[in-house]
Amino acid sequence: MKRHILALLPLLFFIVLVALFTAPLLRGTDPSRIESAMIGKPAPDFVLPGVLEHERPFERADLLRQDFALVNFFASWCVPCQAEQPVLTRISDEEGIVIYGVNYKDNRDDAVKWLKQHGNPFTATGYDNAGRVSIDWGVYGVPETYVVNRGGMILYRHVGPLTWQDYNAVIKPLLRKG
Amino acid sequence: MIAELGHFALTLALVLALVQSVVPLVGAQRGRGAWMQLGRQAAWSLMGLCTIALISLIHAYALSDFSVRNVAENSHTMKPLLYKITGTWGNHEGSMLLWVWMLALWGVLVAQAAKSLPAAFQSRVIAVQGMIAAGFLMFLLFTSNPFLRLDPAPAEGLGLNPVLQDLALAVHPPLLYMGYVGFSVAFCFAIAALLDKKIDRHWATVLRPWVLAAWAFLTGGIALGSVWAYYELGWGGFWFWDPVENAALMPWLAGTALLHSVAVLEKRDTLKNWTIFLAILTFSLSLLGTFLVRSGVLTSVHAFAVDPARGVFILVLLALATGGALFLYALRAPYIRGVKQFTPFSRETVLLLNNVFLFAAAATVFMGTLYPLFMSALQLGAVSVGTPYYMATLAPMLAPFALLMGAAPAVVWRAGNPRVTMRRLLLPALATLALCLFLILFAVPQKPFLWLSIFAGVWILTALLQDMARKTGGFKSFRYLPLSYYGMLVAHAGFALVIIGAAAATQMTTEKILVMQTDDRISVAGYDIRLDSQHTGTGWNYNVDRITFEVVPQDGARAFRMVPEKRWYPVASRMTSEAALHLAGMDILYIVLGDNEENNRSRWVVRIYHHPLIGLLFLGAGMIAFGGLLSLGTRRARKPAEGVV
Repeated sequence: MKRHILALLPLLFFIVLVALFTAPLLRGTDPSRIESAMIGKPAPDFVLPGVLEHERPFERADLLRQDFALVNFFASWCVPCQAEQPVLTRISDEEGIVIYGVNYKDNRDDAVKWLKQHGNPFTATGYDNAGRVSIDWGVYGVPETYVVNRGGMILYRHVGPLTWQDYNAVIKPLLRKG
Repeated sequence: MIAELGHFALTLALVLALVQSVVPLVGAQRGRGAWMQLGRQAAWSLMGLCTIALISLIHAYALSDFSVRNVAENSHTMKPLLYKITGTWGNHEGSMLLWVWMLALWGVLVAQAAKSLPAAFQSRVIAVQGMIAAGFLMFLLFTSNPFLRLDPAPAEGLGLNPVLQDLALAVHPPLLYMGYVGFSVAFCFAIAALLDKKIDRHWATVLRPWVLAAWAFLTGGIALGSVWAYYELGWGGFWFWDPVENAALMPWLAGTALLHSVAVLEKRDTLKNWTIFLAILTFSLSLLGTFLVRSGVLTSVHAFAVDPARGVFILVLLALATGGALFLYALRAPYIRGVKQFTPFSRETVLLLNNVFLFAAAATVFMGTLYPLFMSALQLGAVSVGTPYYMATLAPMLAPFALLMGAAPAVVWRAGNPRVTMRRLLLPALATLALCLFLILFAVPQKPFLWLSIFAGVWILTALLQDMARKTGGFKSFRYLPLSYYGMLVAHAGFALVIIGAAAATQMTTEKILVMQTDDRISVAGYDIRLDSQHTGTGWNYNVDRITFEVVPQDGARAFRMVPEKRWYPVASRMTSEAALHLAGMDILYIVLGDNEENNRSRWVVRIYHHPLIGLLFLGAGMIAFGGLLSLGTRRARKPAEGVV
């Protein structure tokens, strides 16, 4: 009897597997919309050292200090990030939006130099050398920008350099809607 | 006209495959010789028809016949002829056709080679081959027909993915497919054995070279894919744990287990059900691998959504093949029993233990690969699983696995003597300890995974050396050992090198990313690198920026130049980056160009990697495949004999 049950196990396991595979197909969901994986979810917990020498660490609690914040992932080796920096500066200066910067897989000296050269619109910065925190956020590459509300919830994710048009068309209405 | 010929050949092939899957089976059941004979003739005809179909498609690609939809979508007149031809299997439909052709090829070979087995058994093997071929031909004809016409025919094709214009990539899929398809032989043998309710040592003796061949091909395919990713994708990595790679790794792990359990069955007439189960599992994972790569169930689910019929067909096919086999297994396996008892301390125990590790590793990779799918199936949200998962789960298995792997040759079959084994392994153990202590104290950075891997690798190598010394009488008489023994040596040593190379290349790597312009200098891992000059030019169908770096090794060796390229393919409007590699001993210095700055086109983002010992990784992978081929060269006795190996 024991031999029979043992021989049956692979089949049972396989049936469960097929059921799991078939379910999404029959339901007609489109799993390619992975883009939104983190949207509507609380931002992951993290603490990162600041990029600049005198800076305090940047941590999740910072996100809860204001109604809305942008979290921007950047790197000194990323050319599109350069193009984006004036836009971020303008959003911070003219709109008074708090922006946090996470420096992704970078050399610290290069990042400091880069911030000096291209402007630093960030209220606080985090130095994510290993890229672990960025992975937790679901970052595919730099630049990416996330909108977070006071509850620490991720509302929106923008992939690629943010333009002034993008900001006005998508992010601003989102903030107004609350 | 030629395309219609191909289409017709495929349709006819399907009819033949159906005949092949029914008639010999019934013949075997009723003991009718003529019916059984038909199987072999059908297999030959199937092979002929599939060859006609494949040649028709290659013909259409070579002449850029854009009235064939598949060619119009995947080829282009601006491609060099070689890549036009290899482009035949660079797309879903064409690659499935290649798959079926290979299946037919293996079918013929196995029909010839299985002659020493009873006629009924042979017929069943051929019939199961026919069923698999029929399933795939239906899939081809009904959902992925490569011969559909396009009217009106476009003047130019759409397909010109420059990343795929590469020789390694042209050879890589056929090798991989030869491996996947090759495991179908083991699958058919397993099904036939279940139908027979009988499996013996002779079964294993006949099957073993087929498993070896499939396994060697798969190993070569994986290795080549890894090399390609390393120099072409320009990320400086060789393994990314992405679903497509894992899809090839899973059957490899299961196939490795199968290889060893077949060896145990051949020698000791035991592990019968386990071997059958592994044969079914390995081929099922090969099927899964084929589909994961081409259908994009996991990576880009888009293809799935465009043609849901294809996805459903795949699932049904997989469910029938694997489900049917496992159903048969559940019915019949309880009646198949090993003759001899297992002794706790013996070669077979060691091999069984390592089988368990390989199975666990395959299951771990399976979980990691399909976990995102499970999560979305259960509507728990989308997740992705990355390198940390695999490192955390697989690294702990490595130590005991390597320990057993090194020890296995020193343990004899049947009744091993622990004391004798210990004495044999004492020297390698001491040598490993001494060498590793030295390395840890003086040469290697303090990283636990690195230590573990060096330990594992050095242990396997020293244990192999000791074993070889013992069996050749102190390296004197090499001729008396069978080739398969040397195959084992080479493959196991290759595995040790892979571990060491992979660990060193990932844990001791130096990586610099910076912006450079002419005459900028940087020092990386003992090399002074200067951007010497920049040139623009044109290639076959692209424009190119060639950046020359002058590299001076700090240890006083001769200076050399490295020339990475950035190519722009106007027709495809795609950029590719050609990395420059410099091999120094087993280390590789790797320079790849990123983008240049928009307002100053002479300033480049440059990525420089130094990967110590990565050459060992690629050398080792090649050795594993070569070891498999070497074992294949062994002349096998008609009846298995107790030997040294």
